[in-house]
Amino acid sequence: MFAYYFELALRSLKRSRGLTLLMVLAIGFGVAASMTTYSVFRAVSGDPIPWKSSKLFVPQIDMWGPTGRSPDGEPPNAMDYADAMALMRAHRATYQSALYRISPSVVPADASKHPINVGGHAVYSEFFPMVDMPFKYGNGWTAEDDTQRSAVVVISGKLNDKLFGGENSIGRTINIEGKDYRVVGVTGDWNPQPRYYDISNTGGFNSGSEDVFIPFQRAIAVSMPNDGNTNCNEVPAEPGFVGLQHSSCVWMSFLVQLDDAAAVQAYRQFLDGYAKDQQLAGRFGWAPNNRLRDIPAWLDNQHVVPSDTKVSLLVALGLLVVCLVNTAGLLLAKFLRRSSEIGVRRALGARRSEIYAQFLTEAGMVGAAGGVLGLLLTGVGVASVGWVLPRDIASLARLDLSLLAITLAVAIVATVLAGLYPTFRASRVQPAWQLKSN
Amino acid sequence: MSLQIKPILAALRRHKAGTLLIALQIALTLAIVCNALFIIHDRLAHIGEASGVDEASVFVIHNQWGGDQSEQEIDAQVRADMAALRQLPSVRDAAPASGYPLQGGGWDNFITMTPDQVKPTTDSAVYGGDEHLIDSLGLQLVAGRNFRPDEVATMGDQQMVIPPVVIVTRALADRLFPDGSALGKSFYAMGATPSTIIGIVQTMHRQGTSTWDRPYAGQALIWPLRRADTRGLYYVVRAKPGELAEAMREAPRALYAQTRMRIIAGKDGIQDYARIRQRAYDRDRGMAILMGVICTVLLAITAAGIVGLTSFWVGQRRKQIGVRRALGARQRDILGYFLTENLLITGGGVLLGLVLAVGMNLWLIVRFASQPMPIAYLGVGVLLLVLLGQGAVLAPALKASRVPPVEATRSV
Repeated sequence: MFAYYFELALRSLKRSRGLTLLMVLAIGFGVAASMTTYSVFRAVSGDPIPWKSSKLFVPQIDMWGPTGRSPDGEPPNAMDYADAMALMRAHRATYQSALYRISPSVVPADASKHPINVGGHAVYSEFFPMVDMPFKYGNGWTAEDDTQRSAVVVISGKLNDKLFGGENSIGRTINIEGKDYRVVGVTGDWNPQPRYYDISNTGGFNSGSEDVFIPFQRAIAVSMPNDGNTNCNEVPAEPGFVGLQHSSCVWMSFLVQLDDAAAVQAYRQFLDGYAKDQQLAGRFGWAPNNRLRDIPAWLDNQHVVPSDTKVSLLVALGLLVVCLVNTAGLLLAKFLRRSSEIGVRRALGARRSEIYAQFLTEAGMVGAAGGVLGLLLTGVGVASVGWVLPRDIASLARLDLSLLAITLAVAIVATVLAGLYPTFRASRVQPAWQLKSN
Repeated sequence: MSLQIKPILAALRRHKAGTLLIALQIALTLAIVCNALFIIHDRLAHIGEASGVDEASVFVIHNQWGGDQSEQEIDAQVRADMAALRQLPSVRDAAPASGYPLQGGGWDNFITMTPDQVKPTTDSAVYGGDEHLIDSLGLQLVAGRNFRPDEVATMGDQQMVIPPVVIVTRALADRLFPDGSALGKSFYAMGATPSTIIGIVQTMHRQGTSTWDRPYAGQALIWPLRRADTRGLYYVVRAKPGELAEAMREAPRALYAQTRMRIIAGKDGIQDYARIRQRAYDRDRGMAILMGVICTVLLAITAAGIVGLTSFWVGQRRKQIGVRRALGARQRDILGYFLTENLLITGGGVLLGLVLAVGMNLWLIVRFASQPMPIAYLGVGVLLLVLLGQGAVLAPALKASRVPPVEATRSV
């Protein structure tokens, strides 16, 4: 029976080529616009570490008080040195790490070559198990390396390719800012987007690579300057990097792993207790105003998904709705034009459900054709978002199987939905009236 | 020609569903097009902001230091670099800078009128540079004087130096001293000591172009500071007219001839202002293009929908049209009938669309801190859709008007 309806639909569509083409074009463009913007939205709103994002938390401490809060009472979104060090010393979470962005120069052994600039972070050893860092060779450093301020480094696979031709470089040394560091680990592919562990410096998306990780206390000891943002509520009393460490300026991120609800509760209490102690000690002149958010809540709070992306998606969905209304109107015209044909079929014994099947098949075929066009246009759209969007975001939008499947499904389902009312009207055609008027 | 509203309404009542669908489509199109046009205009205005820089001749070098050098060594190197750059035949002037207009983000300080004021008066972008910075950027000094070489201090890593003198933009001067008496007055920028305004430049854009910067648009200050920061600094270089490409080739060579222990990244290390401007506004430009594409597709689809449905109605009513023609209606009466019919449907759609457009705008304001849309956009949108409707209906209506009276005698 389906084959018969299929043939009927094909004939009908062929009979009014203009109208059919119009519907297919409308659906194709509507679906492509929505799917292209959706691919961008999906790319920026994804969970960067889905398997444990609910266990990773970002603590915020209100070290500036009422004058430094945002209009809605939020404390700063980064950490100052004193409070970050206090949290590290207390060591109340399963894993924890203060971290800051560095951009040291790596001096090649060959004196005729220029030094190169690399990006990375100064972190504690617990950072690696916390983010489930994949290693190609070796591993992270030990807690002892942290306290010993060892000159060790974890480098990216990319930097390893550049410096050591991709060989296993564990135990070899590289010269960073004029000092030798022993390579203990080479990371595998690791490029989480958004960069959930350091939102305050990246704003979320960053195409720059993470080429080096150096022990935090080592970086502080050799005064490796912070390459990220520094925000101050007051001017530091002393100059230089040491002055920054003594100031209340915020320039560090902080990440902790808390494995269950009880641990989260306990950490919350610990933070409030800490702030209260600071209040008693006279350092804070205000009541505790801390925050502890898991990664999804933190990304939402920091507005990591650009509002432009959301507005674009909404406008594109509006376009899709208009396309569907348009298709509904055209299908209605098309179906009702065939009232006499319906009348004959009904008079010859076709049931209403068969009329439904016939016309929904036709709508579905229009949808499928629109979907195929939509697929092509979505391909063009995703390939050209680089023209329209900042590269950090555009490079994340991908055309994959799931997007293709969604595109086709949206086109067919939407068109069949748009065809429901016209089909209902077609099934209500009175056979007697139609036969008489002819 | 008398308007035959009544028969049209009667006819429309027999095509309720089709009429409603077209009206709904027009309403949604109007709502989206008005808001999209507003977004486009808003973004284009943003993109067109003046930087105050002589953009045709200025480029910026991001100079980072390799190896381990003291602040004294770095400062000596910066001075040597400047001497080398200023000697190049294609270069007019060069200056060290902590940042540059349209950089994308950078140093800014809150401004207060007294040292113990809790709530800041406003915010200003902060640039550190020497006495050559104004000429190197091509800024226009409209009052007061430039820095003297002896006023320029050095500033090391994370060091906060508050110089006693400052040059501000006209916008910042007017914000702090609305009566126009800024020259010679002083203010505080997060320091214990004041800075006295010795000069005013006409325009100098902030580093940032984000929504955060918008309330403080155009507010910037320059302090006489040369950065001796181990992380590096920017060199602003102004080429002689027409010699930008030449200067951009010569400058890095001259710098590497000074010392190789520096890093000028290949892709982003040297940028002219065409590229800086493009990068600063790529979000805005992208949004404008996207909205433009969506508007075009939307209008095309709505027009095509009207053509399709009206053609169907014309086909359906051939017999009636024939009867009317046989009874004496002229071609232009038939044409008028379909044009009026479309005007009625569009009118209904537009009324609903106006409500939707305002609702969508309000929602964008609440949810995404957008600006309220001026009434003019609604006017433009309505005009656009009425013209679109009339244009789209013209072809089927003309076809209808050519239906011969003899059609009345045919049975189908």
